[in-house]
Amino acid sequence: MSADLAPALNNKGLPESIKSESNKSAGLEGIGNDYKYGFSDKEDYIFKSGRGLTREIVEKISAMKNEPEWMLKFRLRALDIFNKKPMPTWGNCGLLNDIDFENIFYYIKPSQKQETDWDEVPEGIKNTFDRLGIPEAERKFLAGVTAQYESEVVYHSIREDLEKQGVLFLDMDSGLRLHEDIVREHFATVIPAADNKFSALNSAVWSGGSFIWVPPGVKIEIPLQAYFRINAENMGQFERTLIIAEPGSFVHYIEGCTAPTYSTDSLHSAVVELIAKPGAHIRYTTIQNWSKNVYNLVTKRAVAHEDAKVEWVDGNLGSKLTMKYPAIYLLGERAHGEVLSIAFAGEDQHQDAGAKIIHAAKNTTSMIISKSICKNGGRTSYRGLIKVYPKATGVKSSVKCDALLLDDKSRSDTYPTMEIDEKDVNIEHEATVSKVGEEQLFYLMSRGLNQDEATAMIVNGFFEPFTKELPLEYAVELNRLIQLEMEGSVG
Amino acid sequence: MTSPNTNNSSGSNSDLSAIPLLEIVDLHVNVEDKEILKGVNLTIRAGEIHAIMGRNGSGKSTLSYALMGHPRYKVTSGKMLYKGQEISEMSPDQRAKLGLALAFQYPVSIPGVSVSNFLRKTVNAVRGRDIPVKEFRLELKALMAKLGVKDEFLSRYVNDGFSGGEKKRLEILQLSMLNPSLAILDETDSGLDIDALKTVSEGVNALSKADTAILLITHYQRMLNYVQPQFVHVFQDGKIVASGGSELALELEDRGYEWVTSEMQETPGTGPNAKTSSSNASPSPAVVGAK
Repeated sequence: MSADLAPALNNKGLPESIKSESNKSAGLEGIGNDYKYGFSDKEDYIFKSGRGLTREIVEKISAMKNEPEWMLKFRLRALDIFNKKPMPTWGNCGLLNDIDFENIFYYIKPSQKQETDWDEVPEGIKNTFDRLGIPEAERKFLAGVTAQYESEVVYHSIREDLEKQGVLFLDMDSGLRLHEDIVREHFATVIPAADNKFSALNSAVWSGGSFIWVPPGVKIEIPLQAYFRINAENMGQFERTLIIAEPGSFVHYIEGCTAPTYSTDSLHSAVVELIAKPGAHIRYTTIQNWSKNVYNLVTKRAVAHEDAKVEWVDGNLGSKLTMKYPAIYLLGERAHGEVLSIAFAGEDQHQDAGAKIIHAAKNTTSMIISKSICKNGGRTSYRGLIKVYPKATGVKSSVKCDALLLDDKSRSDTYPTMEIDEKDVNIEHEATVSKVGEEQLFYLMSRGLNQDEATAMIVNGFFEPFTKELPLEYAVELNRLIQLEMEGSVG
Repeated sequence: MTSPNTNNSSGSNSDLSAIPLLEIVDLHVNVEDKEILKGVNLTIRAGEIHAIMGRNGSGKSTLSYALMGHPRYKVTSGKMLYKGQEISEMSPDQRAKLGLALAFQYPVSIPGVSVSNFLRKTVNAVRGRDIPVKEFRLELKALMAKLGVKDEFLSRYVNDGFSGGEKKRLEILQLSMLNPSLAILDETDSGLDIDALKTVSEGVNALSKADTAILLITHYQRMLNYVQPQFVHVFQDGKIVASGGSELALELEDRGYEWVTSEMQETPGTGPNAKTSSSNASPSPAVVGAK
């Protein structure tokens, strides 16, 4: 397998007629130009830390949250680890090393308390979420919502019937305050602070995120959603999410994220831990649509016990640089893991995404489908790991990554790693890189679609295996976003 | 088997023939700097069915791609007038909106796009309005029944994993929905078994109306047993080298293409530089019946 598949492509330029056609709509070119979430609000905060990261800031965050001693110790230990750990030496090092940790605001508290009624949320923040359509989505098709603004969750709700069944759906801070035993038992057991530099950073300064506990046998049929919004320039958002599905339960959790468009960078560095106990099923869907000045460096990992199932459905449309490789540790027999992801990179964007599956038990199965599209010089990378431990017999795994390039300026790379220490396994790997075909475009255009419409149809078709896994409302929204991105895109 | 257009020759249709639907004059087309079409002349009027026959590699398919506006098929000289309007510079979608449609010899697949979604988007684009879902469904179901296309077709991805016959049926289904004023059929008969050939031919005949025309490109005579052209043209080395009525197709079937080459040299009237069009060709009154 070649690490860089791009040169294997047919490098023929696009036909002249197509080039001239797209030049006419050059004003629409470029991902992000149509970014409709790029607005920002006036800052009116209860507390905003100074720039940069110090021991005092970590202590202040913990004190303001009135945390137990063990959490403060955990944070301070993590801060030490963060300070000692070097930056990663892989991925897009150029961009990574541009991060100025001294220039970031690590903690911003936007409002005094969390509300359960949208009308009580401070006016400016409420307007933002109205513009993002969150209250409307909640009314229409969600079982519960949390909305995080900067460092804190400002709104939270859960359907009464779920609450009665004992489902816990809170922001992480409240989870720690109200259910300390459950949190202490599970917190950082899947992703220790020392896992990587950014998990250490998150562990030191985490704030907000979701805490979900689903009692044994309870199946939550409609999704829970969290929405993350960064507003301030140079903000660092470090939410922490922990989902525990007790035996035989099911939960589908969806997160969305946006930020204003600024000329300088913000940092989003979350840690997400999922624990699927025997026979439980967790589906975690992300539609990441950060503005193009956000670094999105997220550690996501799940453990799946006997007969459990975990699915990461991961959509990456926004951000400047995303580095995210949702992982699943299949610890119990017959556990199943799936990572289904799409990435879209336009000008000045690099989506370095992928998946890791660790088969640590017999008869565990996994599937990875990764689809990426780049245009206007955008870059996508697939980075994946399949690991099978010795004696994990009967393992089945299939990996399929497809990249679609919309022009010659863009780049896509594949870095698959396989560590297979058992013979009795069935592993399939397939990778393709292709260009939007001239023949496909001609076929669709001969049926009356203009070039943008034709390209959008091909792209939507390419993403279809992903889109069909989304709730209808999200699928429609995603298709619409793609349509916008495609306007005048081929050149 | 009867053809509704057998008597509908250009001579008896003077109103509609005032402006030809399609007028190709001395058309030269290059593909990647190689000249493929070397001076094609062809006039098609409303109500007519024309067949272009010729060996593989004679340039037949190039003509269909050039007419539809494939970006790699470059017109170097000559004219392509559609309803009196020059179309050489138009994009394929503009041509589709003018009423041209091509049934592809090798339709490409569009993975992830369902046939129903594809048909709705393309038909709306060509008709220039959003047809209400219910109306669209009714129209589509009626045509599918005629063409022997099953319902499950609609949820499959466009041409993805289709058999040769299924692809051709989908092409004709599309053309039937698009309702073009000029339908160009590129080797539609290839890869069809005899039953499929019959139903597809019926679909093609239904496209033929007083105000529309059909240009049938084929290698074999067999489809002409079902779709009966008034005009048959023989293509060779990027040009039309002979034109005649439907009897020409039969003659080609019997005697092969070699015969035209030798004949052509003896009859300068249909030679390489002759302007070949329906007005100077002589359609045969004889009906070519199904064998």
